[in-house]
Amino acid sequence: MEHLELFFKSIFIDNMVFATFLGMCSYLAVSKKVSTAVGLGAAVIFVLAITVPLNWLLDQYILQPGALSWLGEEYAAYDLSFLSFIMFIATIATMVQLVEIIVEKFSPSLYNSLGIFLPLIAVNCAILGGSLFMQSREIATLGLALNYGVGSGIGWFLAILAIAAIREKIRYSNVPPALRGLGITFIITGLMAIGFMSFGGMLTGGDEEATTEEKTALLEKESIEDVTLSTSTALSVNSVKTSEEKVIANTINANE
Amino acid sequence: MGLLSKKDAALIKDPLADNNPITIQVLGICSALAITAELEASIVMAISVLFVLGVGNVVISLMRNIIPSKIRIIVQLIVVATLVIIVDLVLKAFAYELSKTLSVFVGLIITNCIIMGRFEAFALGNGPWRSFLDGIGNAFGYGVILIIVGFFRELLGSGTLLGIPVLGDPIEKTGLYSIGYENNGFMLLSPMALIVVGIIIWVQRSRNKALIED
Repeated sequence: MEHLELFFKSIFIDNMVFATFLGMCSYLAVSKKVSTAVGLGAAVIFVLAITVPLNWLLDQYILQPGALSWLGEEYAAYDLSFLSFIMFIATIATMVQLVEIIVEKFSPSLYNSLGIFLPLIAVNCAILGGSLFMQSREIATLGLALNYGVGSGIGWFLAILAIAAIREKIRYSNVPPALRGLGITFIITGLMAIGFMSFGGMLTGGDEEATTEEKTALLEKESIEDVTLSTSTALSVNSVKTSEEKVIANTINANE
Repeated sequence: MGLLSKKDAALIKDPLADNNPITIQVLGICSALAITAELEASIVMAISVLFVLGVGNVVISLMRNIIPSKIRIIVQLIVVATLVIIVDLVLKAFAYELSKTLSVFVGLIITNCIIMGRFEAFALGNGPWRSFLDGIGNAFGYGVILIIVGFFRELLGSGTLLGIPVLGDPIEKTGLYSIGYENNGFMLLSPMALIVVGIIIWVQRSRNKALIED
């Protein structure tokens, strides 16, 4: 159940493109044709499925405060989490290179379809973002990390597939000249993101307690700190109230 | 501009409008959209990118002759990652609340395409001084869009600027609120960032027809 929940959550509710804007650069640049979009999307799923669990292991056994205790008592006090950016990106860059070499060796046909996208992926924010969100959401087990990686990859795949299909069709529409290309793509993505927001109630719907929570959750969804806070303890939720949240709270009060 | 030759000045000026990293080059969108619900966060993000891009461009430019081209991506990533760790630690030390708001998006400066894009396109082929100018020019272009988006989203979404109420008090019904104005909470939600950027692109391209795509 936990797995299923995380899977759907990472595909729809926390969709990388529509909820957190990760990988927007390649999303906009490579979405002119459906076939290339499928290639890049598949490569993203593939790489996320490898790097997120790998970085989970790194995080769990090397980077977290106290993670080094498996080496011995005296190492338990170390906190290397400030190194996570450099460790994650190094892992991603090397893994991408490695995957490229392996795929080239064993499956030339897959290499031909993924090939040109793989190097691009090392600098795709969706990949690093996957690992960083994995860390900040405190994903509990290796299985869940793999699940999260695949789920967010599929979410990203769906997003780029949808926008590529729309962009192929929109060529036949009469868009104002200044909006053509990039401008209209932004606006369509915005509208799609509004649509995806409606998935927000999917996991909380029905419960008596959830109704109030859902309201705040939806309002908080846009504020990025929610991402870090959603999994952390209630304590930190109280202590780290940003001004934005207060403002939202004020508006709710005012409306009621 | 006594200090800068005409060519150097163009390095700074071009990215501000006609070659803007966000609206024209389509680089660095992710962070531009995600953290612009508040003006303050936008400004801090713009400054962070300014630092990373300015310094990173110089470092890469100094090393450009000794980096083997096969592994240059990894070298670039390590340089950026180091700079970003500095930014992250500084933010955590001096602006903890804000670093919570920015959360993973500070880390995502590493994969901000503007940075890799400028390294690849400029710093690898130019001297340190010109690379520095190019770096800060592009960072300014990025910052300008961020600040415009942050300004409108915070103003229309919560009626404040940098956390200071400018349109009156929504609860006491003063200022604009006394005549029935309401905050548009929708502006704070993430999809509106995309639409605001879309509108900026629309305005920019209507003013400069040369930029229109076909």
